[in-house]
Amino acid sequence: MIEVQHLTKRYGDLTAVSDISFNVASGQILGFLGPNGSGKTTTMRIITGFMPATGGTVKVAGFDIFDDSFEARKRIGYLPESPPLYNDMTVAAYLRFVARIKGMRKAEIPDALDRVLTRCGLSTVTGRLTGHLSKGFRQRVGLAQAIIHNPQVLVLDEPTVGLDPQQIIEIRALIKELAGQHTVVLSTHILPEVAQVCEKVVIISAGQVVKEDMLANLTQEQTLEEVFLKAISQEEPQQEPPNGEEAGGAQ
Amino acid sequence: MRNVLTIVGKELRSYFVSPIAYVVLTGFLLLGGWFFFNLLSRFNLLLSLYLQVQGGEAANRFNLNDSVIAPLMHNLAIILVILVPMITMRAYAEERKGGTYELLLTSPVRTGEIVLGKFFAAFLFIAIMIGLTLIYPAILMAFGNPEFGIMASGYLGLLLLATAFAAVGLLTSSFTENQIIAAVSGLVATLLLYVIGWPAETAGDALGSLLRYLSVTEHFAEMVRGIIDTRALIYFASLITLALFLTQRSVESLRWR
Repeated sequence: MIEVQHLTKRYGDLTAVSDISFNVASGQILGFLGPNGSGKTTTMRIITGFMPATGGTVKVAGFDIFDDSFEARKRIGYLPESPPLYNDMTVAAYLRFVARIKGMRKAEIPDALDRVLTRCGLSTVTGRLTGHLSKGFRQRVGLAQAIIHNPQVLVLDEPTVGLDPQQIIEIRALIKELAGQHTVVLSTHILPEVAQVCEKVVIISAGQVVKEDMLANLTQEQTLEEVFLKAISQEEPQQEPPNGEEAGGAQ
Repeated sequence: MRNVLTIVGKELRSYFVSPIAYVVLTGFLLLGGWFFFNLLSRFNLLLSLYLQVQGGEAANRFNLNDSVIAPLMHNLAIILVILVPMITMRAYAEERKGGTYELLLTSPVRTGEIVLGKFFAAFLFIAIMIGLTLIYPAILMAFGNPEFGIMASGYLGLLLLATAFAAVGLLTSSFTENQIIAAVSGLVATLLLYVIGWPAETAGDALGSLLRYLSVTEHFAEMVRGIIDTRALIYFASLITLALFLTQRSVESLRWR
């Protein structure tokens, strides 16, 4: 459903993401792991068509995100790190607006609206301004916004950050429910979340994929924490040889 | 086109749910009413003086168009120089700050559609704002006999001027995520367009006529006098088109950072 191949993104001299490749099968939930600043958000922004890559290709539901951008974007729901809400709109008006710009027909919107309001537990706040909502509700509106047009692919950037335990449990349950009908990419650095929710795991560190496997295979012999720490510390010896050579050359 | 309308609807709604719209409308009408009242009472005073002194001969030189409408138009134009950037400042800056850019730019919507939607919404808001001042000429029509054509031409000029300012204000809003910076740079740009013709007389022939052509004031003043020149229409159309084009580039460039 999602094919990422040799993806590279440079901001000037800084390489945020370097030669990343991975695939997500239809209906799967992919846990996209990595320390802060490892390139998770950059990768997700490229997958959703927010920014172009410096190199490499991304295909979503068979459509290239660069060449067939519109077709690909129609099939993606995206929840950025902070939910993209207009604070002066009510929840219902906001969701209707999103449904329209995602290309839904007017006749389809009332049903879709009812569906996401129930699903995300927003029925009691439809008339409230999004700017007046608590963080947990804002996150749910963000999620509702991502799924209103029933996209094949969902990209969620740290959907549970800053929520209280009760809300975290609810949001995780919701994401689990969404799998099957949707293919989900979930970025996070909360490992138990991955263990509970995801089927497949991709770990990136310093802009490179250091581990890609099914969760079940990874956690056969060790815990996810061990796998994660091992994977991200593997990165360092790989980077050291060039430094060593340089030092050697200087002598 | 459908997307443009969706964006227009959303923008108009956000104009009218925020207090900015009402503050701007109230301020504009308050100042406009003050100018109108003063111009009219001065006109009244001068007219009655001339009628007494010279038996009505000199009074024929006075008319409502020259003494009330024209200065009123110029005064409103100056208020618009200041107010229009305040109306447009949030258009893009707020989207950037609030992270809603990410929603817009990952939706199946062309950047040009976003730019046009925001422009038409600002245009409609400004049309409503200027439309509300039609009460002044209506009063003059009811109690006097100003020339209608000249007033209509002046109003068209005012609308074009304000629309051009809106396009410029939207452009400066797209450069930054700070609304104050957007408003101040918008104000500087619109004011510059307003005064750029000032050195025309001393600048020599070629440069002078260029500056005069670049200045909104020149074209606007002609329309207030009742002259609708194609050069003026082309000027406003190209200024608006240029600003919208640059806005589209500026919004699009965010993807490449």
